[in-house]
Amino acid sequence: MTRFKITALASAAFALALAGGLALAQEDADQPKPPRQEWSFAGMFGTFDEGQLQRGFQVYKEVCSNCHALTIPFRSLAGPGGPGYSEDQVKTLAASYQVTNAEPNDKGEIFKRPGTPADDFPRPEAYPNDQAAAATFGKAPPDMNLLAKSLKYERGFPWFVFDALPGLEYQEMGADYIYAILNGYTKPDDPQWNLYYPGHKIAMPQPITDGAVAYKDGTAPTLKNYAKDVAAFLSWAAEPNLEERKKVGLRALIFLFVLAGLLYFTKKRIWESVH
Amino acid sequence: MSGPSTYVPKSAIGRWFEARLPVMGLVHSSFIAYPVPRNLNYMWTFGAILSFMLVAQIVTGVVLAMHYIPSANEAFNSVTNDIMRNVNYGWLIRYMHTNGASLFFFAVYVHMMRGLYYGSFKPPRELLWIIGVVIYFLMMATAFMGYVLPWGSMSYAGATVITNLVSALPLVGTGLAHWLWGGYAVGAPTLTRFYSLHYLLPFVIVAFVGLHVWALHVTGQNNPDGVEVKNVDRDTVAFTPYATIKDTFAVAVFFIVYAWLIFYIPNYLLDADNSIKANPLMTPSHVVPEWYLLPFYAILRAIPNKLMGVLALFAAIVVLALVPWLDRSPVKSAKYRPTYRFFFWVFVVVCIGLGYLGSQEPTEGTTLVARILTVGYFGFFLVVMPLLSFMEKTKPIPASIADAVLAKKPAANTAAVQA
Repeated sequence: MTRFKITALASAAFALALAGGLALAQEDADQPKPPRQEWSFAGMFGTFDEGQLQRGFQVYKEVCSNCHALTIPFRSLAGPGGPGYSEDQVKTLAASYQVTNAEPNDKGEIFKRPGTPADDFPRPEAYPNDQAAAATFGKAPPDMNLLAKSLKYERGFPWFVFDALPGLEYQEMGADYIYAILNGYTKPDDPQWNLYYPGHKIAMPQPITDGAVAYKDGTAPTLKNYAKDVAAFLSWAAEPNLEERKKVGLRALIFLFVLAGLLYFTKKRIWESVH
Repeated sequence: MSGPSTYVPKSAIGRWFEARLPVMGLVHSSFIAYPVPRNLNYMWTFGAILSFMLVAQIVTGVVLAMHYIPSANEAFNSVTNDIMRNVNYGWLIRYMHTNGASLFFFAVYVHMMRGLYYGSFKPPRELLWIIGVVIYFLMMATAFMGYVLPWGSMSYAGATVITNLVSALPLVGTGLAHWLWGGYAVGAPTLTRFYSLHYLLPFVIVAFVGLHVWALHVTGQNNPDGVEVKNVDRDTVAFTPYATIKDTFAVAVFFIVYAWLIFYIPNYLLDADNSIKANPLMTPSHVVPEWYLLPFYAILRAIPNKLMGVLALFAAIVVLALVPWLDRSPVKSAKYRPTYRFFFWVFVVVCIGLGYLGSQEPTEGTTLVARILTVGYFGFFLVVMPLLSFMEKTKPIPASIADAVLAKKPAANTAAVQA
């Protein structure tokens, strides 16, 4: 290689290294990233744990639903790949909510009625829209139906490359983030200081502590468990068809691998006469 | 290759039809009997892959359009609540469409890099290349508008950033931006017109792909040795079954990657901020386009002046169309051009570097590197290509395709005789 070529190659490598180094330098000990947790639904063969989803739903219902909406249909709680409630349980649950009817009645009045499984969870009564919520809290609590999908943190090079690879794939950033935030209120004297929130000042004061929810299946009523369960539940709410998707995906991949193999040997056979 | 087909259908109905509308003859002469250089490698399968992906995008797009509501109030819910939760397999169609767009661009970049490496843009294929650049530009426009349609946070921010580019033009800029937006900012009218255009442009792309394949069939494929076909019997093989089976195999392998994306990492390429409904009062902390537009985003941000940045962005695409006149080396394939091959790979690294920088927050350091890489990007086209056209010491090229194939496999001769 001529000196010129070596210089050109070296400059390209240097430029890349500089960019990479700058990215790494942005990581700060003061702004730690949410640590990765183990989730039953992670990986190629991951599934949701029905018990965990039911506990997570209980946490949502008793704590989070006071401020956060969850705009998913009631019937999805009885669907496959979810918390696994029965149809009757879902009907009873839906009927316990008052839902605004889409159309006014014959007198032209907007009215409320008991919910049915086809309805979505209604918003918290006190905050019929985002503006009302923002007026009370400063910032509207986000709807939890997509919360787990809308949260991310900088992975940095080269981790974001590994996150796509089979065996190393990482799709649970939202769940890890939620778990970290709930466990991140490390300054008792400042209820809005959160270790993992970017900039540390979060509009939501600590929402839940040990013992806030009484679990019915014997799981310990600790903050760590609440955080794990509600993060799993919210991951399900954001991606209710995760189990079906991975199941169909396995079949699709097996089919495609077999097909590719057969096509490969067919190709080789056809091209023999040419080579 | 061009000229009336020699196909005679076997059935009487076939002959009746063929005499009135010679479609079967066209298919026969273009995709069955059509001669293809025998030394093509797998880089030549991406044309077929792209055709499949275009069809896949159109089919999934048309199905999505049955459920999507192009209104600023309802668009987000129609995608995230209706299509993803209520429509049977709506999640599958939606993930196929979003990840399909990314793979479509991945395939197009490999296809273009193949063209740059092997000199597929050189005479007589200049127009083929230019039609390709037009297709690429239409793809970028289509993808940009498609990304706006879910009306997520990043959709809105991206729409604002890109449509604001036209306001950089002096005198007419602001008026043009208002005309594009249908208002004084990105809003509901912008969404509905983007929907209309997003539905329209893929069919314009289909038309240009038709021209692209036609132009290709007039000149014939280039090949890895860059030597034109001299003797049809010795240098080429019939498209069916040889290219057909090879392309089908390549498509199957590509679909494995597609399936991996759709079923196991569907949200990997989807920015999390787009799962938040658009709110004009809340901008995402990092506004970035989809990965396939990142290099151009980096070039745009590297230039300190707004108008010059916009011009540099468009120049980065337009310069591609000029390549047949920038690279005049009589040797087509980089296989025989060691110096060009080196600069080609530097160019690939530059593009990847620009892409990475496009995804990062601009700081003093990253802007400096982006400027260096932008100079590298334009330098490859405007300096390296013309200089190497005349100054490069190339390796001797083979006399014909057949010679190149036989030189690679001296044992093949005896094997063929024994078979």
